[in-house]
Amino acid sequence: MTVLAQQTGDGAKSTDKPIHILWTSEGMSCDGDTVSVTAAQLPSIEDVLLGLVPGLPKVVLHNKVLAAETGDEFMAAFHKAAAGELDPFIFVVEGSIPNEKINGDGYWSSMGNDPTTGEPITLPEWIDRLAPRAWAVLAAGTCATYGGIHAMAGNPTGCMGLADYLGWNFRSAGGLPIVNVPGCPVQPDNFMETLTWLLYQAAGAAPTIPLDEQLRPTWLFGKTVHEGCDRAGYYEQGDFARDYNSPKCQVMIGCWGPVVNCNVTKRGWMDGIGGCPNVGGICIGCTMPGFPDKFMPFMDQPPGATVSVAIAGTYGSLIRRLRSITNKTVNEEPKWHHNRAELTSGYQPRWPR
Amino acid sequence: MSQTMKASQGQAQARELVDMSWDPITRIIGNLGIYTKIDFKNQEVVECKSTSSMFRGYSVFMKGKDPRDSHFITSRICGICGDNHATCSVYAQNMAYGVKSPPLAEWIINLGEAAEFMFDHTIFQDNLVFVDFCEQMVKETNPSLLRRAETTPAPHGDIHGFKTVADIMRAFNPFTGQMYREALQMSRLTREMFCLMEGRHVHPSTLYPGGVGTVATPQVFTDYLVRLLKVLDFVKKAVPCNDDLFDFFYEALPGYEEVGRRRIMLGCWGAFNNPLHVDYEYRNMNAWGSEMFVTPGIVLDGKLLTTKLVDINLGIRILLGSSYYDDWVGEETFVTHDPLGNPVDQRHPWNQTTLPRPQKRDLENGNYSWVMSPRWFNPASNEHLALDTGGGPLARLWSTALAGKVDIGTVKATGRSVQINLPRSAAFPEMQLEWKIPQWSNTLERDRARVYFIAYAAAAALYFVEQALGEIRAGNTKVFSDFDVPDDAIGCGFHEAVRGVLSHHMVIRDGKIANYHPYPPTPWNASPRDKYGTPGPYEDAVQGMHIFEENGRDKFKGIDIMRTVRSFDPCLPCGVHMYLGDGTVLKRLHSPTLGTSVGG
Repeated sequence: MTVLAQQTGDGAKSTDKPIHILWTSEGMSCDGDTVSVTAAQLPSIEDVLLGLVPGLPKVVLHNKVLAAETGDEFMAAFHKAAAGELDPFIFVVEGSIPNEKINGDGYWSSMGNDPTTGEPITLPEWIDRLAPRAWAVLAAGTCATYGGIHAMAGNPTGCMGLADYLGWNFRSAGGLPIVNVPGCPVQPDNFMETLTWLLYQAAGAAPTIPLDEQLRPTWLFGKTVHEGCDRAGYYEQGDFARDYNSPKCQVMIGCWGPVVNCNVTKRGWMDGIGGCPNVGGICIGCTMPGFPDKFMPFMDQPPGATVSVAIAGTYGSLIRRLRSITNKTVNEEPKWHHNRAELTSGYQPRWPR
Repeated sequence: MSQTMKASQGQAQARELVDMSWDPITRIIGNLGIYTKIDFKNQEVVECKSTSSMFRGYSVFMKGKDPRDSHFITSRICGICGDNHATCSVYAQNMAYGVKSPPLAEWIINLGEAAEFMFDHTIFQDNLVFVDFCEQMVKETNPSLLRRAETTPAPHGDIHGFKTVADIMRAFNPFTGQMYREALQMSRLTREMFCLMEGRHVHPSTLYPGGVGTVATPQVFTDYLVRLLKVLDFVKKAVPCNDDLFDFFYEALPGYEEVGRRRIMLGCWGAFNNPLHVDYEYRNMNAWGSEMFVTPGIVLDGKLLTTKLVDINLGIRILLGSSYYDDWVGEETFVTHDPLGNPVDQRHPWNQTTLPRPQKRDLENGNYSWVMSPRWFNPASNEHLALDTGGGPLARLWSTALAGKVDIGTVKATGRSVQINLPRSAAFPEMQLEWKIPQWSNTLERDRARVYFIAYAAAAALYFVEQALGEIRAGNTKVFSDFDVPDDAIGCGFHEAVRGVLSHHMVIRDGKIANYHPYPPTPWNASPRDKYGTPGPYEDAVQGMHIFEENGRDKFKGIDIMRTVRSFDPCLPCGVHMYLGDGTVLKRLHSPTLGTSVGG
């Protein structure tokens, strides 16, 4: 849609050109990252579009799911950007990139038609037209970042992540590498926070976004699921769930949390609610470049966990025993809490008894 | 403007047809293109073709994988109702593994799925569909209608607070309208409810075959209930708001009932299993299917043809005709007979082999879509029926109402209607809403049913919370039953995705997936012409449609077409992509016979 942000308040940036967000979900996607972003509250998409977040530039969003326009009217911005007439813009790619070199006259996925030939325009064609002109290129979700579920072994479309397509050394017109926000789907607030960093950066209010080697924002993906998990205490005590009824650590029943980079256990899914192992869902590694194949079958114990679980089991059971003694102690009130006709708290009263 | 609607009778007269296309169609999920031929002189859409421009290949890459991975994988089919897939896959796996989830797990899944219906219908109706009915849009497409709306009092203004119908339209202006913004908030609250039960939206983390991993303390149910009470306030306002707007369209635009109207051919595969009855055994499927809290059924010309899941299952046929695939007729037959001994057709999902054949799009005489053509074979008439789902709610309410089985206090099916009883909430007293079987299966009724089904899901959720807390208070806190994966087995799951019928069919051999075919609602609704030439439901609903838009050819937006396509709640990752032509005449055809061949 084209929602023109409405200027509010001081109008500090009112003379600045708006930043357009051109968002395509026409890769091998489920549109789940767009849907996920409508769940964001920190900040919400409408807060950004309506100019309610201080310091952000004006933003115009072009996204298929939310657009008021349809067809050609919707596609107009994409054609203008490709012709260098829409500047600056951030290019958001959702969905893995199909290999269109392997299917003859056919196509795996397309967005709009070529006005001259009437033939469908494939996603790689759009990426070739738009990525080099974009101030920043943002890959939303694990499909776009690393290939994801549709790039699983045995897939017929030969699809891949955006950096596999553009090259890992790609630089946008703004001099930035691709910015990857993985997740299947993307955690809503992780995406909005990354987008707002880029918008602050575009406005000159933030330095270059810090990214790790897999091009992820470091403050979001620098820790593992396990490091933020409220069930990690059970692991420490060597106390493991044997089936999904248990609220204990799930590494023996399929959880990959100890080796997966993701903040879901800290952040929850929406405003602290939900998540994965913290609420009983094994971590299947959905933010990772190796997803899904390196984590399947999902419900089996990860091979690496055999050794660590055995070690944690020995050390942890001792810790657990010691702690249970202390726990029993701290579950009892001090002895001087009583209703007898004497004071045993240690105070020496001066009044006559 | 003509105010009656008649399909072209195909008299031998030359008609000037203009090619108009919308690709991509926005405000839907996935890739959909709608290609039409329009007779502007007679204000009629003469031909419509629906095309999807995406193929990912789930049925191809799932072969050989561990069967227990199916719900994790198939959830990724859809970014707005992935959990419906995960749930349906769990149902199919439960059948294949012979495992029954503990009752509390079933209530938790029902609560999660109810929240999904509340979320998804709200965001789709108020933030995507209603943009077609909002003040900004109506001003551009039907200015005289807007003028009339400005002076038409809203009949339920005392409840929802909007004085005129135009005030309602303004409330749905994107990003600035009151209802538009409230709906976004509501879509978040209901997704939080969802996350309480299923961990994450939209690809759940806590669903497993055999149950759930949700930590079933009283807290999750309390947290859910408190949010549900806030939803009640919203629903009590939204339903009369929708009624006022749709009733105004009927009144102000005589003949609008014909927009998007098609023969009543609705399918509903049932939703919300009843833990007291479901055992996931195929042999007992008719019995436990009829105990679902949304009754499965096929409604043909207003009559309930069947409510039996076994009949529904055996009648499914996947046809080709205009799709980019090779036929599998000579490929392996995986299931010759169902567990009851009934023969299973080679065109049934259990026996389908997906053989993609990428090729050039040929909208005139060839293949034009990645969507296949699911049909339901009616043994009584030997017809392959192009069932639609009415966008989901229309078929669910219709089937449930006619079957007259559901009676849980907060929801009662009467045979002619569905009564929804909502208790007192902060802003409103106790309220009964009644959805009555409409005269038509058309654009406005598909949209109206959607808001009623939000109320249905909220009312059912109240009942489910009570049942779940009952289990917990009785000490029944088990949420998962263990199972083994057999070397060889088959399974099928039936559920309702938000936008309609959903089935998953799996075949296990040597402990691995030998075949897996999910059939979501959109292949049914968005299907192209099948080998018999029968158009799919979008095509059929748009074809022969009268145009009410006041713009002429040069500024044509196709609003009546857009409303019709969106009334089905298109979701094409599950099956299809729309594009608004600029009104340029691409090609003029003078065809004396075209009107006859596509009139239906």
